[in-house]
Amino acid sequence: MKALFAIIHRDLLLVMRRKSEVLTALFFFVVVTSLFPLGIGADAALLRKIAPGVIWVAALLSTLLGLHRMFAADYQDGALEQLALAPQPMVLLVTGKIIAHWIVCGLPLVVLAPIIGIQFDLDASSLYVLMVTLLLGTPVLSLLGSIGAALTLGVRGGSVLMSLLILPLYIPVLIFGAGAVYANSVGLDSSGHFSLLGALLVLALAFVPWVSAAAVKIAIE
Amino acid sequence: MTINTSTTSSNPTLALEARGLCCIRGERELFTGLHLRVAPGDCLHVRGENGVGKTTLLRLLTGLSNPDSGEVLWGGQSITHDPIAYHRELLFLGHRDALKEDLTALENLQMYAALDDVSLSVEKAMATLWRFGLRGRENLPVNCLSAGQKRRVLMARMLTRQAKLWILDEPFNALDIQAVQELQNLISEHLSTGGLVVLTSHHEISIPNVQVLEL
Repeated sequence: MKALFAIIHRDLLLVMRRKSEVLTALFFFVVVTSLFPLGIGADAALLRKIAPGVIWVAALLSTLLGLHRMFAADYQDGALEQLALAPQPMVLLVTGKIIAHWIVCGLPLVVLAPIIGIQFDLDASSLYVLMVTLLLGTPVLSLLGSIGAALTLGVRGGSVLMSLLILPLYIPVLIFGAGAVYANSVGLDSSGHFSLLGALLVLALAFVPWVSAAAVKIAIE
Repeated sequence: MTINTSTTSSNPTLALEARGLCCIRGERELFTGLHLRVAPGDCLHVRGENGVGKTTLLRLLTGLSNPDSGEVLWGGQSITHDPIAYHRELLFLGHRDALKEDLTALENLQMYAALDDVSLSVEKAMATLWRFGLRGRENLPVNCLSAGQKRRVLMARMLTRQAKLWILDEPFNALDIQAVQELQNLISEHLSTGGLVVLTSHHEISIPNVQVLEL
């Protein structure tokens, strides 16, 4: 457990030393979601309708922007080998790296969502639902993304390949995440969507770290 | 190809052994039927031309890659049996330094100590860095250090890691004459306390109990 916190602390410290890379992804999220109200104009009804989809798609893409950093830098300078040789289960270290990625690339989206939502004229209950779906959904994005990041280690043009591998896997999260906000806005019960997102999160937590750890081991062999 | 370093070991359970190692890369057979045994207090110097498979052999010994046939034993047990216990005793330094460029020398040491599960106080880390001539540079980001100074940070890591078995790939690269001497002293010190060392180098090294393996 100490090692889990050690690796999270290490990754966060590295991010703090190089803030620009993280801020790029967040700035991307803010700008893309702000462009839609500006481009479409002051049609509040239309904005409310497209808000969940636009915000969720922007969240997917900005998560993707930060993904290649998850293992690539450590792979290049040999630190990944050292992690593999540390007397810790590789799964634990990979989990730590995924958590660090979520804290940096996922959590800020959850916090920013209400501010972005105001631009789309969402009411308080929709904002609340949007935040909860992002809170449940963004960890799944980080988890699934780690598989792509690990599989494309050492591949030339890996980040394009990674997008192609990972984006299709994001579809269920997108459907249930955006669906929950839409259902709430038309007065339907959105708890079913929450349950499904929660189930996706539990499922991903249970299997993905093992898959990613195996992929990392193959890459450094 | 067989090599047996002196078997006057006090603790035979902690020997590193390789039995019938065979490694094929593409269509080339790097080595087959390689046997070696390193006992506590012994140093194995792997030599050979470029591309002959020195680094590959070292990576096989660490368990980072798997041999096509044969096995590596630590204390009489295959290293794949309990890799975590083996890695607790092992320090591997590859030709990439694995230091995080954005962190300081001190932070790098502390980070690796936390991951390697060894206790390391700030005072001890500082003292170790000072021993290797990094006084006044312990709080500089590693990307401000020269190649030789980075190797010195690695020497500090070797000392603080408290591992029994050191596997070092070209540890004398980029070091000045004085640092080469210091590293040889460090290795001798480690051997005298019952440690094991496997290293590759193109230089002649003056360390007691050295066995040479020509690949």
